[in-house]
Amino acid sequence: MTDNRERRVVSVIVVNEASVLSRITDLFSGRGYNITSLTVAPIPESKYSRLTIVTSGSIRVIEQITKQLHKLIPVLRVYEHEDMVEKEIAMIKFPVSENLSDIQALCEAYNGKIVNAGENTIIAMAADEPKRIDNFLKALKRYNPKEIVRSGAVALER
Amino acid sequence: MQISGAQMVIEAFIAEGVDTVFGYPGGAIMNVYDEIYKQNKFHHILNRHEQASIHAAEGYAKASGKVGVAMITSGPGFTNAVTGLADAYMDSIPLVVVSGQVPMSLIGTDAFQEIDAVGISRSCTKHNYLVTDAKDLPRILKEAFYIARTGRPGPVHVDIPKDVTAQIEEFDYNIKLDLETYKPHTNGNPRQIKKAIEAIANASRPLFYLGGGIINANAAYEVREFIQKSGIPAVETFMARGVLSYDDELLVGMLGMHGSYASNMAMSETDLVIALGARFDDRVTGKLSEFAKNADVIHVDIDPASISKLVNADFPIVGDVKNVVNDMLTQIEKIDALKYESWRETIKNFNALHPLAFHEDSERIKPQWVIKRVGELLGDDANISTDVGQHQMWAGQFYPFTRPRQFISSSGLGTMGFGFPAAIGVKAACPEKISINFTGDGSILMNVQELMTAVEKKIPVINIILNNNFLGMVRQWQTLFYDKRHSETDLSVQPDFVKLSEAFGGVGYRVHTKEEFDTALKDAIEKNVVAFIEVIVHRMENVMPMVPAGGSLFNMMLLEKKESK
Repeated sequence: MTDNRERRVVSVIVVNEASVLSRITDLFSGRGYNITSLTVAPIPESKYSRLTIVTSGSIRVIEQITKQLHKLIPVLRVYEHEDMVEKEIAMIKFPVSENLSDIQALCEAYNGKIVNAGENTIIAMAADEPKRIDNFLKALKRYNPKEIVRSGAVALER
Repeated sequence: MQISGAQMVIEAFIAEGVDTVFGYPGGAIMNVYDEIYKQNKFHHILNRHEQASIHAAEGYAKASGKVGVAMITSGPGFTNAVTGLADAYMDSIPLVVVSGQVPMSLIGTDAFQEIDAVGISRSCTKHNYLVTDAKDLPRILKEAFYIARTGRPGPVHVDIPKDVTAQIEEFDYNIKLDLETYKPHTNGNPRQIKKAIEAIANASRPLFYLGGGIINANAAYEVREFIQKSGIPAVETFMARGVLSYDDELLVGMLGMHGSYASNMAMSETDLVIALGARFDDRVTGKLSEFAKNADVIHVDIDPASISKLVNADFPIVGDVKNVVNDMLTQIEKIDALKYESWRETIKNFNALHPLAFHEDSERIKPQWVIKRVGELLGDDANISTDVGQHQMWAGQFYPFTRPRQFISSSGLGTMGFGFPAAIGVKAACPEKISINFTGDGSILMNVQELMTAVEKKIPVINIILNNNFLGMVRQWQTLFYDKRHSETDLSVQPDFVKLSEAFGGVGYRVHTKEEFDTALKDAIEKNVVAFIEVIVHRMENVMPMVPAGGSLFNMMLLEKKESK
């Protein structure tokens, strides 16, 4: 299953009911599929939730993932994204002693800003494509980040 | 009408036409058992172990084509049932299994006999429910039956806390189901079907690859018509035994690890595989890269996830195999049966070269003989269940099956202990047929307590124990692949099977010769009570042919030719 692993983003529309998330994650672990990130939230004014799963695998594995997901009873729709807009949020906490204007400038380059400034720490955020978030985090490494959190990707087909 | 959750379960069963429920009571399910006591619309069969209840419900479902129903309590009652759920899931058997759960207020507190039942059954059921409000119960039960029997069938588990079975609510079973997220495709795409028919017409060595899905879809007679009119040879999987009658000229045999030489060679030489309700299991395909190497593949299946999972389908058709075959039959005139004459001849020659056979032995009965003999004596009059191991493969190879739903076996999961309780379920579904369970000296002990069930409910299952004092299939692998190190497979220490059966109130026979076997079988049928017929068979017999695990289908170990003196 390790041949030609390709990164893939899959969106899943599911009935928002108890244990539906376990059904999805059990499917991935039970069949040996990979989850890079997973986000889930209810779709406004509906009985459904939307999951965005970043996964990887060969073409055959990805095809199986979408089919097996679809086979789950509470799953309404599965999108295997081809041409999408994809975004992720990252937040980083720094000591206030770091160079705030540098950090501010970097955040702006990645659709972000400083969102909180406290007595000892500041929190900066960025919202961008996951690949660019990687770069953002690399760029901020030298400012001694204390804590980093990434949201996982969300995506919409164009 | 305002009734309790427990009464709702009973009313739903009645509305679904359930006539037999297999189960075992316990604390959390007592409210429902109280209602079972008060009704007379269906039978309850008390198995002596929850695993057996599920297998019995599986046997019932497979033999009848209806949804099998079982009922169990929480905690250990449920965990005992898990093997049965997994077995039914692997073989796509429609079941509704209702379990009791501790009251809602105690869930999550590690209460007495509490286990996260839906958490465990999630990965071995088609779907499951934890009912948190009796208001939802009519809908959930109706959905459970619907989901179990439609699409690719499978077990559905409904876990009901004790206070929910006591809760009184309005019951209306005439609700319309609105399953927006579950809509199985039953009709094949007409364009794909047309293309498939063209591919068949253009092929020179096409081969039907028949799977258990045909039996689930009740499509065996349509498939028989298709095969007869097209003149195309067919191989069956173990699950599909009985789709074609054993004497059908176009039936090549069973394929796979213990398939016939001709079947495996036909699959290796074909230029077009027509897979109907089969899922390219590893025990069928052997080494995937060598499987039907030069063939295109038509794959008809109700489950889209089965298509191109292991072998790429050139002509994928998602749909109910009955509908698809009926659609194909309307275009049958495009197929010229005469075209495949030389292909049929080739396959005949394969069969003549290495026919499915065994060598008789002057000292001990050969296990294969027993299977053949029961076939000669009972044939169509018997339904055949099996346990798991060598005897199971011999039953698949040598019994002359004549109809679908005649053969009931644990195929995908390979569950030892399946056969006896399943045969009880089969007999409950088809009382007019003799219910035979071929079993081994290993398997029979795994649900031997069902003697009590069969005696109590007067269910005359005949268990034919092929006793080689070995865990035979594992012993065979050890002999062939582990340099004859027979680790923990020698079962020389055994109970007295005759006395064991008698101790429960059944009958028992120990048989050393062919004459004794005929007499014992005749006597057991006449006595019409549960029976053990222990046949002392040759100890070291191997199931042949054999494709070693991971090997190519055409590289079979074959029955050694008898040395000529």
